[in-house]
Amino acid sequence: MIFYALLDAYRSILKNKTRSFLTMLGIIIGITSVVVMLSIGLGVQKQVESQIGSMGVNLITIFPGTFRQGSARMGGGSISRLSIADVEKIRREATLVNAISPLYRINTQIIGSAGNWYTTVYGVSEDYFKIRGWEFSHGEGFSESAVRTKARVCVLGLTVATNIFGSADVVGEEVRISGNRYTILGVLASKGASGGMGDQDDQVLVPYTTFETRISRWRYINQILVSAVSKDVMYAAQEEIRNILRESHKLAANAEDDFTIGNQTDLLEAFNQTTMLLTIFLASIAGISLVVGGVGIMNIMLVSVTERTREIGIRIAIGARERDILLQFLLESIVLCFTGGIIGIALGVGISFVLERFFNMTVVFSIPVFLLAFIFSISVGVFFGFYPARKAAMLNPIEALRYE
Amino acid sequence: MKDLVIKLNNIKKIYNAENEEARVYALKGINLEVKKGEFIAIMGASGSGKSTLMNILGFLDTPTEGEYYLEGEKVNTFSKDELAEIRNKKLGFVFQSFNLLSRTTAFDNVKLPLLYSRPRPKDSEISRRVLNALEMVGLKERKNHLPSQLSGGEQQRVAIARALVNNPSIILADEPTGNLDSKRSKEIMDIFTELNKYGITIILVTHEHDIAEYAKRVIEMRDGSILKDTGGK
Repeated sequence: MIFYALLDAYRSILKNKTRSFLTMLGIIIGITSVVVMLSIGLGVQKQVESQIGSMGVNLITIFPGTFRQGSARMGGGSISRLSIADVEKIRREATLVNAISPLYRINTQIIGSAGNWYTTVYGVSEDYFKIRGWEFSHGEGFSESAVRTKARVCVLGLTVATNIFGSADVVGEEVRISGNRYTILGVLASKGASGGMGDQDDQVLVPYTTFETRISRWRYINQILVSAVSKDVMYAAQEEIRNILRESHKLAANAEDDFTIGNQTDLLEAFNQTTMLLTIFLASIAGISLVVGGVGIMNIMLVSVTERTREIGIRIAIGARERDILLQFLLESIVLCFTGGIIGIALGVGISFVLERFFNMTVVFSIPVFLLAFIFSISVGVFFGFYPARKAAMLNPIEALRYE
Repeated sequence: MKDLVIKLNNIKKIYNAENEEARVYALKGINLEVKKGEFIAIMGASGSGKSTLMNILGFLDTPTEGEYYLEGEKVNTFSKDELAEIRNKKLGFVFQSFNLLSRTTAFDNVKLPLLYSRPRPKDSEISRRVLNALEMVGLKERKNHLPSQLSGGEQQRVAIARALVNNPSIILADEPTGNLDSKRSKEIMDIFTELNKYGITIILVTHEHDIAEYAKRVIEMRDGSILKDTGGK
């Protein structure tokens, strides 16, 4: 029965090709935008996740000052400081910490034999490469002894190497930073450009001791990076570091922290929340167009019911039950939405593909998204088709047969 | 009494029953018995209640009062779905304005009642019965024509084929020749006469006396009551 009714519905839609297509257009646009928006949203999420994952191994970061959300106390970073003494104290006392590195930062021009480049120079310890999980495309990182002796050595990010030398094979070459010559020990393997955090390959790393003495005399460090011994003790390690730093900063028992400790998971969650919100927001806007499309369906179905009043009367007279008529019109609207939904999904995938291929955006093609769009389109058909279909089923056959 | 197809017992139809001033008595207590194989013409001026009677006989309308027995069963108490099934299996309708689905071939128009039959016959059975019905009205060759490609008489013959296709025991025809010239009218009435010979009960509404001539029994109505009934001849 359903099969024949479906066939009938398709036939009836094909009788009015232009009208059916225009009616469907609303659904097509709605579903297309839902699919595209969700694909982009999920793409952003995936990108952020991989970015944060690439930041390091069991990474805990410590910033000076507090960034408490939702309160007036923001940007206290200008008052409190982190120092090398803090780093040393953590290194000595913490038991759950595997590796630790301070991080100084300055933006400056560096000059090589084949050109120069404006980049960010970081002063870090030998552990930094391990903490951040950096691999080398050429050469290696600097050693503990290089840090101890304030050696003038450096490691280049891939972007810097290729922009100055046109190649990554530059181990043993020299660059000049702030008037001093540095020997290149290694070039980092690429981690790629990233949306939120800039090009991670655009950096130069030097021992922090060298940084302190030769590049900047600024003795307060921007950040401390710590690698916990395992993923399971992240929060315990954080607590341990917190106590060490409170002691180091001589904070009274009731005083608030003058530093902020964060880890990847927190960051990931924060980002996920943001991107999820963004995705939902985008999808909702797309959903509105779907609702508008649904209203279009309802409108046309009402017109169709009125136009076919006499036909409905005939069908009732020869034995159609109310539910037969209801099903007939409901199926027509569902078939319209179903077809529109399929076309919309195909278009959405096509547009997402073009965005990925030609506009360099990360998109995620997800089966649940397609299913969602599909179920959504059919729901629109049922929801907006029900009222007209019911109206048709409730027609009085005598009046319907008399209708001109 | 076994061959009594229809028995109406004091059927009344009152419009606006709840409002005394606007109340209209369309039928004022009709008593009627129809035996199997009768050919009845219901006559009367417009407003006499003959169309209301037809609608009630065809289960398109329900009486306000009174009992309706179809083949011995009281149908007042039937549900809407059961009435739909009766319309589908036991009755065939023929209308003045043919009421075929436009943009639908003669074949598919005739097929329509079978699509609402439960259980639905097999496709081969449907096809056989549709062609049979079309053959009876002499239009087998024109099965793929659309209503717009058929003359009025031919359209009405398609409508009769549609009424026939489910082997009904009663055919109800409301002014079936009202839109046709006398030659086509005769063709249609000849078909009805022929069908009546097979034992199908035919009840038709008309206001033309020469059409009523074909019937074996003429019922004349006025103001919602039966004025004259010639009875079975």
